[in-house]
Amino acid sequence: MKYREEYRDPAAARRFADAIARTVTRPWKIMEVCGGQTHAIVRYGIDQLLPPEVELIHGPGCPVCVTPVEYVDKAIEIARRPGTIFCSFGDMLRVPGTETDLAAAKATGADVRVVYSPLDAVEIARRHPDREVVFFAVGFETTAPANAMAAWRAKRDGIGNFSLLVSHVLVPPAMTAILGGPTNRIQGFLAAGHVCTVMGFEEYFPIAARYRVPIVVTGFEPLDILEGVYLCVSQLEEGRGEVENQYARSVKREGNRPAQEIMRQVFRVVPRRWRGIGEIAESGLGLSDPFRVFDAEERFGRVAAGAEIAGECISGLVLCGEKKPYECPAFGTRCTPEHPLGVTMVSSEGACAAYYRYRGVATAEAAE
Amino acid sequence: MADDFVLACPAPLPGDETIKLAHGGGGRATERLLETIFRPVFADPELDARHDGARLAAGATVAFTTDSYVVRPLIFPGGDIGSLAVNGTVNDLAMCGARPAFISAAFILEEGLDTALLSRIVTSMAAAARAAGVRVVTGDLKVVDHGKADGMFITTAGIGTVVAPHPIGPAAVRSGDVVLLSGDLGRHGIAVMAAREGLGFESEIASDCAPLAEPVLALIEAGIGVHCLRDLTRGGLASALVEIAETAAIAIRIEEAAVSVRNDVAAACEVLGLDPLHVANEGRFVAFVAAEDAERALAILRDHSVSVGAGAIGRVVEDRPGRVTARGLLGATRVVDMLSGEQLPRIC
Amino acid sequence: MCLAIPGLVLSTSGDDLMRTARVDFGGVVKEINLAYTAEAGIGDYVLVHVGFALTVIDAAEAEKVFEHLERIGEIEAELAAGRTP
Repeated sequence: MKYREEYRDPAAARRFADAIARTVTRPWKIMEVCGGQTHAIVRYGIDQLLPPEVELIHGPGCPVCVTPVEYVDKAIEIARRPGTIFCSFGDMLRVPGTETDLAAAKATGADVRVVYSPLDAVEIARRHPDREVVFFAVGFETTAPANAMAAWRAKRDGIGNFSLLVSHVLVPPAMTAILGGPTNRIQGFLAAGHVCTVMGFEEYFPIAARYRVPIVVTGFEPLDILEGVYLCVSQLEEGRGEVENQYARSVKREGNRPAQEIMRQVFRVVPRRWRGIGEIAESGLGLSDPFRVFDAEERFGRVAAGAEIAGECISGLVLCGEKKPYECPAFGTRCTPEHPLGVTMVSSEGACAAYYRYRGVATAEAAE
Repeated sequence: MADDFVLACPAPLPGDETIKLAHGGGGRATERLLETIFRPVFADPELDARHDGARLAAGATVAFTTDSYVVRPLIFPGGDIGSLAVNGTVNDLAMCGARPAFISAAFILEEGLDTALLSRIVTSMAAAARAAGVRVVTGDLKVVDHGKADGMFITTAGIGTVVAPHPIGPAAVRSGDVVLLSGDLGRHGIAVMAAREGLGFESEIASDCAPLAEPVLALIEAGIGVHCLRDLTRGGLASALVEIAETAAIAIRIEEAAVSVRNDVAAACEVLGLDPLHVANEGRFVAFVAAEDAERALAILRDHSVSVGAGAIGRVVEDRPGRVTARGLLGATRVVDMLSGEQLPRIC
Repeated sequence: MCLAIPGLVLSTSGDDLMRTARVDFGGVVKEINLAYTAEAGIGDYVLVHVGFALTVIDAAEAEKVFEHLERIGEIEAELAAGRTP
């Protein structure tokens, strides 16, 4: 499989790892922003190949994890309405709401359907004109063009029984929020490669300049992540804080202009609450005025702002790299993937879930 | 496979094109259904005797299993709920080191089910039974209201005669045992998921649904000391290994490079964001044998078409009891765990 | 968030925002939306996320990871031979 296998070559991976080890002279904390990158790191054990000085912190790069609980509750409420078909990406089905999740709602009779593409949801609406079809439009900028096209198509074809429950989030505001946090310890970023495929990387220059941190746009295969770490560590060792593009085969500085154009027509920037972090200004996307009629919140009631999850969950601190999962008193005992307390245990890319599955509880024991 | 079999069933009588509640009533309608669709196809004297149960000569030590089949869609590339039910039951018996002999099949049919579809599935079941060398000797039929049965559910029970000299199971697993995998992973799960979710794939991926008794019996007959067997079903290779490791309180280490996945199955897993170790199979098993028997065991397995792709994928090692680890392509080791819940495509 | 994978464009149909392609992901073929990659043609590799091609993969840039690796390899060889690279 071209553009995949060759980026998983073990000998090449070792060469990058050795180069990183030779370059490093002191400890560095680097955050990989995207859940897909976390997945690759954990799956291939990339952090095990790195010298101990380089610590990879898993970022809030999982739109599944950071979807506010009140949106999941709204999704469940809509799904349970008779005559409604609720469509979603598979990832969202097991994200816990306040009491239950979409998978459980489906099991008790709600018509919840997993779709691969947002356009599949539009087709379902076209095929069932007598039903209300709602699509859960979550994701980063990577998914926004596809979700935008679903709305655009529905408008063009006059599919009045289709609407979107929108909970999109944007990456650069989250990075800024992390960097601006009082106890921030992140010194460099591997920026989300596929987000940048859509948006380009212009937005990162002011961030890199203001906080003097290296930001390396990085891909998702092992060699991409290792090269990204190598470039980031090299900058840190040289005292540089610049934007670099490791993922040039898929990312151009200006990004994908046609995609941005449709996004601009369909969406507008809104404040958004990030589960476990709180509200970040201008960090989300909602539907623009011409597309307001396709907003599920207009049809089924606005989502009420919920309270933050209190209790022992420290997912906010884990998400920002301030604490490790095993430093949480509930980790592996009261909080597990089967019974998650918070966002970072919910999604398989969540830092706590990744630690739990791939290290078991041994790390917690070791840390005690 | 089912497609090779010549359809010899008479056409349904007028008024019997779809299943009605009456067909489950136990009266004339039920009798007509059994007479036209079930008995001619299974063609078994015990079924033809029309008695409540079958009286069978079963031999000394008996293996006994039961299972329910609720797969959607009812028909998928490479099989259907009927062949799945037969092969699943046969395989559970084979994993006990038994020669599968007799199967019971209880059907719960949804009112409104197309009778021609039922006939097709029953025919496929009979063909699978013949191919596996088992007899369907008793059964039951009920009909439930529309909307209560997803088309149909099948529950089976199976009996076989144990031929393995020693009990086969997690308790017999020993440190140093080699783990053998009978073939490539993931075909069933991808075939069914693609058909069910309407993923719009063009692909040749068909389920690996198949009976596994032959290679297992060959191992036993050759005197290989088979310690444990497990057929892979839902939850894939990962679940099977974790279950065995936890039950036996041992640890297993596998080499990812040794686990075989066909290119197109791997591609489908990439597109859907699935880990092949978790994808369902229906014609694959793992065998735990003493290290000194591994090479001979592999040669025997590779001699049978259903396990021609067999390979050694790992060992029982000294580690935390219940822990299954995989050494990955880059040399790093990760812990392999069971899935929580159903496997779903992801975009994240 | 970002499960996007490369695939080979086998054929295309339609125009503009309705343009689609049959894309081969290595034995599995799926119809993909090309609304955002007007320049994609048969024989190109595209990066696909939730049924949409987000970009055409740049073959020349793709090589650079390996050119970088070679340079790193040369540095290593120099170091091993006791020379300052």
